[in-house]
Amino acid sequence: MNTTNQTNLQDREAAWAKQRRVVEQSLARRHAAERRFRGLGLSGVIFGLAMVALLFVTILAKGLPAFWQATIPVEIYFDPQIIEVEQRPGLLPGESAAQLREREMAWQTQLTMSNWNRLIENALLEFVPEAADSRAELRRLVTSGERFRLRDMVVADPSLIGKRVRLDLLADANIDVWLKGNIDRDLPDNQQQLSAKLRQWADDLYARDVIRMSFSTALFANTDSRSSLASAGLAGALAGSLYMMLIVILLAVPVGVASAIYLQEFAPRNKFTDLIEVNINNLAAVPSIIFGLLGAAVFINWFKMPLSAPIVGGLVLSLMTLPTVIIATRSALQAIPPSIRQAALGIGASKMQTIFHHVLPLALPGILTGAIIGVAQAIGETAPLLLIGMSAFVAAVPATPFDQSTALPVQIYLWQGNELRNFFEARTSAAIIVLLSVMITLNAFAIWLRKRFEKRW
Amino acid sequence: MENNLQRSLAAAEGTVGVSAAAKIKMTARDARVFYGEKEALHGVNLDIRENEVLAFIGPSGCGKSTFLRCLNRMNDTIDGCRVTGKIELDGEDIYDRSLDVVLLRARVGMVFQKPNPFPKSIYDNIAYGPKLHGLASTRAELDEVVERSLIRAGLWDEVKDRLDQPGTGLSGGQQQRLCIARAVAVSPEVILMDEPCSALDPIATAKVEQLITELAENFTIVIVTHNMQQAARVSNRTAFFHLGDLVEVDDTTHIFTSPKDKRTEDYITGRFG
Repeated sequence: MNTTNQTNLQDREAAWAKQRRVVEQSLARRHAAERRFRGLGLSGVIFGLAMVALLFVTILAKGLPAFWQATIPVEIYFDPQIIEVEQRPGLLPGESAAQLREREMAWQTQLTMSNWNRLIENALLEFVPEAADSRAELRRLVTSGERFRLRDMVVADPSLIGKRVRLDLLADANIDVWLKGNIDRDLPDNQQQLSAKLRQWADDLYARDVIRMSFSTALFANTDSRSSLASAGLAGALAGSLYMMLIVILLAVPVGVASAIYLQEFAPRNKFTDLIEVNINNLAAVPSIIFGLLGAAVFINWFKMPLSAPIVGGLVLSLMTLPTVIIATRSALQAIPPSIRQAALGIGASKMQTIFHHVLPLALPGILTGAIIGVAQAIGETAPLLLIGMSAFVAAVPATPFDQSTALPVQIYLWQGNELRNFFEARTSAAIIVLLSVMITLNAFAIWLRKRFEKRW
Repeated sequence: MENNLQRSLAAAEGTVGVSAAAKIKMTARDARVFYGEKEALHGVNLDIRENEVLAFIGPSGCGKSTFLRCLNRMNDTIDGCRVTGKIELDGEDIYDRSLDVVLLRARVGMVFQKPNPFPKSIYDNIAYGPKLHGLASTRAELDEVVERSLIRAGLWDEVKDRLDQPGTGLSGGQQQRLCIARAVAVSPEVILMDEPCSALDPIATAKVEQLITELAENFTIVIVTHNMQQAARVSNRTAFFHLGDLVEVDDTTHIFTSPKDKRTEDYITGRFG
C-alpha cells in the first residue's frame, strides 16, 4: 500500500516534470512568434512614418522657397509725359449710360496704349544707370505682367498721374530661378535663358539688396498666368475649390446623413433595400473618373450647365462623396448601444423622437468625422474635374459658382506640366502645401468637433 | 382563424394563469411569439391583476422576457418578430391597429436589465418622459414631477444636490433606481421590469426590491427574475415559464411550497435551470 502510494507519487511528479518541459519548449517558440509579429508590425509602422516624413520633407524643401519670390522695390514715377491721356470721362449733360461706357472704354484703350514699360525702365535705371542704352534688356528683369498692374492702378485712381509711388515689382521668373540657384551657372551662354548682361545685373542687384526675396503675396492674390509666369497665383483655384467644398457640404452632407438615417432606422429590410445597400457600398468603390464622365454626360450635356464651373464640379464631387457619408453615418448610428433606444422607446418616445433626441446626438461625432473626411477627400480629387473642363486655363477669380474656374488639385496638375520646369517645380510644391494645409485644417476641425461633442455627452 | 381563437379562449377557462378574482389589469389569451419561423412562446394565457407584483421565473430561454416585452410591444422593434393571439390592457387589444404604441408605452412603462440612463443630467433623465407627453407644462410642474419621481424611487436624498450632473455618473444601483424613477415619472399604470437587479450588488438589489414593494401600492408590477429568492421576497404571485410554455402561475407562497407541476418543483428545488 505504502509503496504503491510512493510509486504513484513518483509517477505523478515525473509526469508534472515532463509536462513542464513540454510547455517550456513550446513557450520559447510562442514567445519568438510573438516577438516576430510585433517586430514586423513595428517595422511596418516605422516604414510608413519614414515614407510620410520623406514626402513632407521633399514637398516642404521644394515648396517653401516658392513662398518667397524675387521682388524689386522701386519708386515708380507716373510721368504725365509718358502716360498721354485725357481726363477720365465724366457724365456729360444729355448723355446716356451706354454712351458714357463707350467713352470710358476708349479712354481705357488709350491708357493701355501708353508706354508703361518706360515707367518701369525709368525706375530701374536709378539702380542700373549704365543700362541707359539697353532698356529692352533691362526691362526683362521685371515680369511682363507688372505693366498691366501699373495700368490698373491708374484706371482705379487717375490722380496717380504725376505722382511717385513706392512699389514692389515682381522679378521675372527666370531671374527668380537664377538667384535661387536653380539654373546651372556653368552652362555656356547659348544655353542660358538669360543674357550675360541680365545675369550680371541680377547678381549685382541681389548683392546690393535691390532685388530681395520677399513673401509672395502674388501666390495667393493672383490668378494663374501664362504670359507673366512670376505672377501666376492660386487665387482662382482656391476660390474654385472653396465653392466646390461649400457645394459638397451643402449637398452631400445633409442628403447623405438623411439617407443613412432612413436606411438604417426606418427602411424595411427586404430585397430592395438590400440591393440599395449593396449599390451604395459598390458606389464607394467606383473610380472617381467615372463620376466625371457622369457629370459631363448629365450635368453638362443634358442639363446644359456651364463647362468648367464649380457648380458642376461640386455636384460631381457631391455624388462621389455621398456613399462615403452614408456609410460613415450608418456605422455611427449602428454603434449607438440599443439600450439607449430601448430606454427612449420604453417611456413612450416615438421612433422619430428616439432617433432625433437620443441616437443622433450620440452619433454626431462619428457622423461629423465621416462627413469631413468625405469633404476632404472630395477637395483633393482631380480626375473627375478634368472631364468637366476644369483643367481649362482660367485667369479670373470666379465671382459665383457658375463662373469658369479651376481647382487646387487641377492647378497642381497644370503647373506640374508647365515648360518652365525649374520655376514651376517649386510653385507646384507650394500649391501642394496650400492644398495639404486646407486638408489638415479640415481634419483638425473634424477632431475638434469630435472632442467637443464627445465632452458634451 | 377567428374560430380558433374563440376555441382556445374557451379552452383557456380554468387553465393556468386565468384569474377569476380581483380586478384584472392585463390579460393574454393564446399569446404566441415567433422569431422568424421559430415559435418562441407557445400560447400563453395569463391575467395580471391590478396592483399586484407578478414575478416571472424560469430557466434561460424559457420565454419569460419575450412575453414581458409583448406587454408593451417592445418586441415590435425586433426584426422578424411576430406576435399572435390577444393581449389586452383594461379590455383594449394592445395589438389593435387603432391603438397607438406610444400611448401604450406611456401606460405600460419598462425598466431594463442593464441600467440605461440617458447620457444627460439626472434632471433631464426624469423630465424627458413628462416633457414628451406634455404632462408638465411649466418649469415648476416639471420640477415637482422630477422631485416626486425621485422621492418615489428613493433616490431624492442621494441626488438632490446634483440634479444637473450626468445620470451616467451614478453608481449601478443608483442608475437603476434612476431608470425606475424615469419610468415612474410618466405615471404609467403598469411597470414591466426585466431582471432589474441582475447587474447590481446585493445592497443595491435590496434597495430596488424594497422600492418594488413600495411601488406596488400605486402600480401594477410585472418582474422577470432569475433569482427565486427575489421572486419569493417581492411578488404576490409567481408565474413559471419553461421552454416557451407558461407552466404554472399561483400565489408565490404556493409556488414555492406546493407547486402543482413536476417541472416547477424540479426548477425551484434546483434540479435544473
